[in-house]
Amino acid sequence: MSDILRLLITDYTLRTVALGATVLGVTSGALGAFAVLRRQALLGDAVSHATLPGIALAFLLTQSKAPLVLLVGAAIAGWLGTLLVLAVVNNTRIKEDAALGLILSVFFGGGLVLLTLIQKMPIATQAGLDKFLFGQAAALVESDVIAMAVLAVPTLLLTALFWKEFKLLSFDPEYGATLGFKMRTMDILLTSLIVIAIVIGLQTVGVVLMSAMIVAPGAAARQWTDRLSVMVILSALFGAVSGVTGAVISSTMAHLPTGPTIVLVVSVIVVISLAFAPNRGLVWSYLRERRNRSRMRLEAVLGNMGLMARQHGQQTVGHTSSAIGAMSGGRIGIDARLRDLEQDKLVVQDSDGLWALTERGNQKAAEIMQRGVTE
Amino acid sequence: MSTAQLEIQLIAIVVAAAAALPGVFLVLRRMAMMSDAISHAILIGIVVAFFIVHDLSHPLLIVGAALTGVLTVTLVEALSRTKRLHEDSAIGLVFPLLFSIGVILISRYASHVHLDLDAVLMGELAFAPFDRFVIAGQDLGPRALFVMSGILLLNILFIGLFYKEIKIATFDAGLAASLGFAPVAIHYGLMTIVSITAVGAFDAVGSLLVVALMIAPPAAAYLLTDRLSVMLLLSVLFGVISAIVGYWAAHMFDVSIAGMMATAAGIVFLLVFLFAPHRGIVAVARRRMHQRLQFAGGALAVHLLNHEGSPEAIEECRVDHLGDHLRWEMVFALRVIRYLQRNNLIRREGDYLHLTADGRSLAREMMVQ
Repeated sequence: MSDILRLLITDYTLRTVALGATVLGVTSGALGAFAVLRRQALLGDAVSHATLPGIALAFLLTQSKAPLVLLVGAAIAGWLGTLLVLAVVNNTRIKEDAALGLILSVFFGGGLVLLTLIQKMPIATQAGLDKFLFGQAAALVESDVIAMAVLAVPTLLLTALFWKEFKLLSFDPEYGATLGFKMRTMDILLTSLIVIAIVIGLQTVGVVLMSAMIVAPGAAARQWTDRLSVMVILSALFGAVSGVTGAVISSTMAHLPTGPTIVLVVSVIVVISLAFAPNRGLVWSYLRERRNRSRMRLEAVLGNMGLMARQHGQQTVGHTSSAIGAMSGGRIGIDARLRDLEQDKLVVQDSDGLWALTERGNQKAAEIMQRGVTE
Repeated sequence: MSTAQLEIQLIAIVVAAAAALPGVFLVLRRMAMMSDAISHAILIGIVVAFFIVHDLSHPLLIVGAALTGVLTVTLVEALSRTKRLHEDSAIGLVFPLLFSIGVILISRYASHVHLDLDAVLMGELAFAPFDRFVIAGQDLGPRALFVMSGILLLNILFIGLFYKEIKIATFDAGLAASLGFAPVAIHYGLMTIVSITAVGAFDAVGSLLVVALMIAPPAAAYLLTDRLSVMLLLSVLFGVISAIVGYWAAHMFDVSIAGMMATAAGIVFLLVFLFAPHRGIVAVARRRMHQRLQFAGGALAVHLLNHEGSPEAIEECRVDHLGDHLRWEMVFALRVIRYLQRNNLIRREGDYLHLTADGRSLAREMMVQ
């Protein structure tokens, strides 16, 4: 680990990789947060696959591998794919899921056709377009990072500039429209920014898995907060951390494609967030549920003992644990529950092994029975 | 056409037909993206089963992959049931993770064998005829053809046997449950079929383009019919057409067969999308134009009737006046006039328009409304 840190400072290639991964992670994280809130996770998947023919066509038309040329081609294709999805959904009875699957697979198929066509071309510069499939962080050079930054900075600035509008769009577009904001224009703008965020990551993560970088950081960040600003910042942070970690691991180890490695890292962050985030964490809510359930079981025992005591006219009459158990839904675990209650000084066991309520227990039982009646 | 070419086409056709059948229900049940998730996720099942048996044509691979497919669906549903994520996010998280693990396993541990990343994405249809199905020294044909035919048969059997049940569960899950048709069982049955088909097609067209063959033909068929049985037949037909056209186009340009099949499926959809008799873009646009003409024609007839026989009729009933008065573009005004003339509602004498008897009664009708 310290080796990697030292390399990160001294090694030029690794620094470039880390810088590129940061740019990509921050942008896709920040914009992805909106995609998650607006339930556009699968649109991200469709767009990222749809960019492939754009990359190939940009190369075929210009014979150039300049990163900005390819990324602009990718953005145009991705954007066109989005428009086609909308055209199919708005004009036919085909639903969004089928429209997405259709555009995704057909565009990707067309992209593969063009890639195989390029591979057969007799020119030497064709090599290296393959890296767009699964991403190759180690191949990032300075000009790539500059191209990514050129796209990323205006994207993030626009997000900040239209913050209020995007917030309205994500939570209550109808309300936004009544306030006089142009929600349709904002919708197009935000979707376009998401397309650009996807395009920025293509060289590093690849078209096949880029959608995960849109969904995962946002989904993880959502678990930690209910505030949009905190969520977007956290999401950008998660994106950057997983981007850098994955890119650095993959470029320092052989046979480890970058895209899948980054996805693995970001998935770990999602799992941790889902399990342990305060309030929403699944582990906490499981524990809470268990505590509630055991409290309710104890209250049931106490309440039933109160009932039995009332039938006998006095609280001090003892009962066998099996009799109490029979009233409280089964004898299994009844002894343990009585011992728990005994610890809280709510019941006592006499020398014959019979259980009775204490004074405190009697009061508590009365409360429980009262609650039972009023409810 | 050589024997190998014929065999490749046969495999392509069987794959396309087998994929189109469950695809119909994915499109109707709005679960199209589940096929995307499944086709990605089965990779890890294939890889793990391969590490166990070290044989790419072992039946265990199909079992392993089908299990992963169902596992994916279960995981997605479990995740969205926690209410921490929407279903689309759950899908978008689960399959990239499973696919990534599969890709990493392949590139680290299996890149020296016949399982490489190009094959994962594009399949190896071109090499399918080299892998023969031999029993007791007898060469029966390419193995892929037998495997896919088996899967096609399985799909036909599943849909044929449970046709009524699947139909009800697809269009009215509540009714299906109340009739005791177990929509959940049908759901998982369908997901199993999708997974098995995706595994079988994986060899031929790779993990991603299965989605094209599952979604594009049924989506096109959905625009042409309201009957489930017709939709099934049309989907198979479109799938088969895409397979044949795709193969020959790929042959001509010497490019990826699977990619071309997906592209062809997309073009078939595009043609239907544009030209379907009732639901196509062109038909819809024509219908809208016709309605506009009908309405504008009525308005013009009323206009003419109002001024008929009055002193200002000379002004009001002139063709070049319509642009000002009704605020129509001249091009549109002329179209409306032609439309009314075609239907014998007006006569045109030089620059002046006169209502016919039919035109007069239409105008009166419009005014009553």
